[in-house]
Amino acid sequence: MTDRRDPIREGLARGWRVIDARDIDHDPTYEADVAIVGTGAGGATVADILSAAGLRIILIEEGPLKSSSDFRMRESEAYPDLYQASAARKTRDKAINILQGRCVGGGTTVNWTSSFRTPPRTLAHWRDALGIEGYGTDDLAAWFARAEARLSIAPWTVAPNANNAALARGARALGIAHGTIRRNVSGCLNLGYCGMGCPTNAKQSMLVTTIPAALDQGALLLTRTRAQRLAWSGDRASSLECVALDRAGIAPGARRIHVRARTYVAAGGAINTPALLLRSGVPDPHGVVGRRTFLHPTVVSAALMPDAVDGYAGAPQSVYSDAFLDDVPFEGPIGYKIEAPPIHPILAAITLPGHGEAHARLMRELSHMQVLIALLRDGFHDESPGGTVHLAVDGTPVLDYPLREYLWDGVRRAFASMADIQFAAGARAVVPVHARGAAYVDAARTRTAIAGFALGPLVTPVVSAHVMGGCPLGPDAKHAAVDTGGRYHHLANLYVADGSLFPTSIGANPQLSIYAIAAKLASAWASEWRP
Amino acid sequence: MNRGRRAFIVTGALGAAALAAGGWLRFGASARVDALLGDDARGIVRAMVPAFLAGALPDDAQRTQAIREATDAVSVAVAGLPREAQRELAQLFALLAFAPTRVAMTGLWSDWPHATTAEVDAVLVRWQTSRLSLLRSAYDGLHQLILAAWYGNPRAWAAIGYAGPPQLT
Repeated sequence: MTDRRDPIREGLARGWRVIDARDIDHDPTYEADVAIVGTGAGGATVADILSAAGLRIILIEEGPLKSSSDFRMRESEAYPDLYQASAARKTRDKAINILQGRCVGGGTTVNWTSSFRTPPRTLAHWRDALGIEGYGTDDLAAWFARAEARLSIAPWTVAPNANNAALARGARALGIAHGTIRRNVSGCLNLGYCGMGCPTNAKQSMLVTTIPAALDQGALLLTRTRAQRLAWSGDRASSLECVALDRAGIAPGARRIHVRARTYVAAGGAINTPALLLRSGVPDPHGVVGRRTFLHPTVVSAALMPDAVDGYAGAPQSVYSDAFLDDVPFEGPIGYKIEAPPIHPILAAITLPGHGEAHARLMRELSHMQVLIALLRDGFHDESPGGTVHLAVDGTPVLDYPLREYLWDGVRRAFASMADIQFAAGARAVVPVHARGAAYVDAARTRTAIAGFALGPLVTPVVSAHVMGGCPLGPDAKHAAVDTGGRYHHLANLYVADGSLFPTSIGANPQLSIYAIAAKLASAWASEWRP
Repeated sequence: MNRGRRAFIVTGALGAAALAAGGWLRFGASARVDALLGDDARGIVRAMVPAFLAGALPDDAQRTQAIREATDAVSVAVAGLPREAQRELAQLFALLAFAPTRVAMTGLWSDWPHATTAEVDAVLVRWQTSRLSLLRSAYDGLHQLILAAWYGNPRAWAAIGYAGPPQLT
């Protein structure tokens, strides 16, 4: 028996203050103690903590408010409704396709639930190389534990689906370290459609946890509202100018919304938070805003298995391997994390290279297809400075992320590692996802082919589901946008609380890192700003 | 075919220059970008669908309907993209619709409705690994739009062994 309750519709029925900006017929002004831009892992965590402390909150979200009753497990609806650019957000040269949420709950509404504490080595690097104090593993332990308790984060004890089981089997056969992923779910039915919005509210996303809590405390939520520009003078932001989106919810409409608050928190996610600051022309004497944006550039390897895999069914991610990450020194070649993705028709079709009969033949094997992904840990080496957010003519962000040889070297090694694991798991053929990649039938031939690949942008598909950086925190305004208390270095009442704070990539799926750091920051703010 | 291939090589640089110049051919690019595809763009997608989806489309009486549905779904998808992406696509379609730039970019002497699936396939094969990143990105963008348009359609699922999402009771 499925729980068909919809906590969002119930909340709306009992009077939550939620305004879909498409419905307004004037240019209103709203006032609050704190205006928060973005409702994802960062913004919603902050809203929860500050509203519980008695502060009046306005949440501003560009995407729509959709909930379990709307989530019909169809890619053709979910991608346009819930993702930036219909799940086709691109870097400037179109070489990287970015999956990023655009809805209430942000990425947490559509992510695959993987929950990792920030790797200790990442935090040690922040301290040792970047001088960031207060963000060590011990400093954050209580904040990780808080988020884990709040969001039911626990190891997945159900058997992995066949797609993830193959990763475990292959790694075991090769003697490669691997582990079970922890997931933020409660009463999960193991359906496999986390990426399209959880239809049963089992996923403990922001949508069903912190956002309802904040709205119950009286927070105001504006949806389909784009934060356009912060007005500021001297060292203070004075108002936030927003625009109501058009009927389709895509482009700016006619109505303007003014938000006045004592304090402003930018939490639109990496790419959008730096873009808001750039549009606002806030002081940035060292030009750090939007620079060092990281993606965990990700490449894909498909395998054909003798038995059915049905990679569209079951928890999408439950097994991982850090064998090519943990012991890899930052100063050497880039390391990568290996995971398995969900395999749904659209995602598979747009990822598999080529077209026509060859592509159709692969698609006919969908239910026997096993897929691995390798996420490159960018941002730890001089040759991996990440990308830079710029503004298009219309003020929307464009991420320029050049793929350097240092990354392509990692791509080549990652293809080989994934193929080895897949053959060890029993694959009858492996297809490294590359324009000239074919189906290879043994590990040796695959390695030879991979060694000869002419890797390059728009020849080797690269994807990303993790946007990080662009407003890095740090003690030194020369290199950081935000101090270690989350305050923008050059304005007294502007704060940042999302993945854009990270000075490097995380080296793991970032949601738990965002929850913990946003909670740590917001808890300090709550005591400072208490009314 | 030979003539088309040669023309592509000779004029390919010209077409690339046109693209690289940031679209000196902006005519028509602003029209209808916020709504559905214009007639020219629709004709181009309609011609590309059988090449991208060879081996996937049904062969029987449903073929025409399937092609129409895929083309419609591309149109809907484009309408859901951000303005900047719509603008770039409109520019691409304008270049592909205008005969001189079409020939430069594709080597196709016949216009899109008269191009055979084999001719369009040959264009796509060249684009996929062209040394010009703009042609590769055109391939990539259309690949994503057209394959998503088809495989999002429940009509496509039986052939790939996908039963559709589970029923919640």
